[in-house]
Amino acid sequence: MNMPVAIVVTVIYVAITIYLSWLGYRRTRSAADYLLAGRKVHPFLLAMGYGATFISTSAIVGFGGVAGFMGMGLLWLCFLNIFIGIFIAFVFFGKRTRAIGRHLGAHTFPELLGKRFKSKWLQIIAGAIIFITMPLYASAVMIGVVRFIEQTFHINYDIALLGFAFLVMGYVFFGGLKGVMYADGFQGAIMLVGMLFLLIFTYYRLGGVVDAHEGLTQLVSNLPQKFIDMGHAGWTSMPVFGSQLWWVMVSTIFLGVGIGVLAQPQLAVRFMTVNSGKDINRAIGIGSIFILMTVGVTYVTGSLSNLYFFNNFGKIAMQMAVDPATGQANIDTIIPIFMNSAMPKWFTYIFMLILLAAGMSTISSLFHAIGTSFGRDIFQQIFRESTHKKTIVINRIGIFVAFLITIFLAYKLPISIIAIATALFFGLCAACFLSVYCGAIFSRYMTKYVAWVSMSSGFLMWLFWILFIHLKESSALGVCSFIFNKPSLAQGTVLVFVDPIIVSLPVAALVAIVGTIIARKKANTVA
Amino acid sequence: MLGLGDSWVFLAYVLCILSTILCVTYSFVNWNKDIDTISKEDISWLEEEVQVEEEL
Repeated sequence: MNMPVAIVVTVIYVAITIYLSWLGYRRTRSAADYLLAGRKVHPFLLAMGYGATFISTSAIVGFGGVAGFMGMGLLWLCFLNIFIGIFIAFVFFGKRTRAIGRHLGAHTFPELLGKRFKSKWLQIIAGAIIFITMPLYASAVMIGVVRFIEQTFHINYDIALLGFAFLVMGYVFFGGLKGVMYADGFQGAIMLVGMLFLLIFTYYRLGGVVDAHEGLTQLVSNLPQKFIDMGHAGWTSMPVFGSQLWWVMVSTIFLGVGIGVLAQPQLAVRFMTVNSGKDINRAIGIGSIFILMTVGVTYVTGSLSNLYFFNNFGKIAMQMAVDPATGQANIDTIIPIFMNSAMPKWFTYIFMLILLAAGMSTISSLFHAIGTSFGRDIFQQIFRESTHKKTIVINRIGIFVAFLITIFLAYKLPISIIAIATALFFGLCAACFLSVYCGAIFSRYMTKYVAWVSMSSGFLMWLFWILFIHLKESSALGVCSFIFNKPSLAQGTVLVFVDPIIVSLPVAALVAIVGTIIARKKANTVA
Repeated sequence: MLGLGDSWVFLAYVLCILSTILCVTYSFVNWNKDIDTISKEDISWLEEEVQVEEEL
């Protein structure tokens, strides 16, 4: 790939994006204009905006790499992304969120919870959780782009990260957070067209749909023994039921991300900006096609990369991803390596744009949520007399601090981390917010106290599980080793592979349901 | 089974396509359903939303 050409392409792309953001922002300057513009907005833009925010480089590079390792079983996540992330989210959550959010005058996700339960501190704590933990997801998104730059231009990861961080910071601070509607539509369209080509070309190179699948199925005989020991049964089969790999796939990836999407603050808030339920109806179809064409294609391509690598280099994807310096395979490099070796050179420029589009659209939404959490949900709630000017400064400070944390994490996080960090954040959102969010929009009996206890119990259970049970985090964080002299309290059992969401979400949900039933009985008795 | 080695993976492959068809059908059937009016509540919400955007 030619570096000067890539830089020119990137500059043109960023200029168009900033222009579209400015155009969108100009239209939002007066409520009347906004309404006028909003009513003319095609549902295509709503669907693209939601999709471009939902699907990031984390999904394409991170989860695509996981598909390269685990195989097409990941298509279950694609199904959940479409069925839960689009159908359930839009039809059941979207319309209610819009109606209740507008009625309460809520503009952020924590504000929706705070106003619904009449609790200022619920809003503040929910805002703080978002402000503190969202940089983890933002860093995963950032790593996705940087790994591609590193592999494509053969430049040092740290330098690539610094370059991309400057690009994103410039975008975020020069209008990238305002009026992103048109920019998201543009970014979504790039992703859609690019991924369609990727699907067609991948199947074409491997001899067609059925031949490609059959070739991948037969590759099972070349599965390394250590993968078989983990429960791997080939790239077109599910892992062995109950094995280590099965638990990771089902609990962390399917449930963490598949269900966690419902309680994503940066996605839920989008429903409030929609003009009518009609627009939501219209966007569902386009949104589902978008998700199928982005994540579905990524998982199929990631899995099929094994066949391509084997036919051309005699190695499977995980062997191709071994870093010669460390001898360890980095899952996050599978998709970049595949793109650079299997696709035509001109497509790598398109793919670079896909990743920039996917990364920047998600990052702008994340920093939008971080900024409003810090300024509106935390600062304005504590210091109610805050002026307009003060809030602008506070928002900017909040975004800048979160930005530094994001870059720090992107430097420090270990290899093969994108999908794990994403699932961790999605799981946390599900544990803390999903039950309370459901109560806020579906039940008029859930009280402030029930909301508090449900959110706290979900969070504490999640925290306990990652500190003391789930080996991946507990061994890295070291708290369990420090207190109990072993990396996990469940050492030697299958529980060390079970994701926190499996226990924390049911606990939070149970508390919410039981609490709401009791509150309802009390209300009926009083009545 | 499209050359796939496992009926669970085949099912996931098919469900991805079927769920997309479900969503597209839902959109098509409900294209003009749900109220599309703007209330006073909407206008005051939008005015405040503009302020939130400006503060970023």
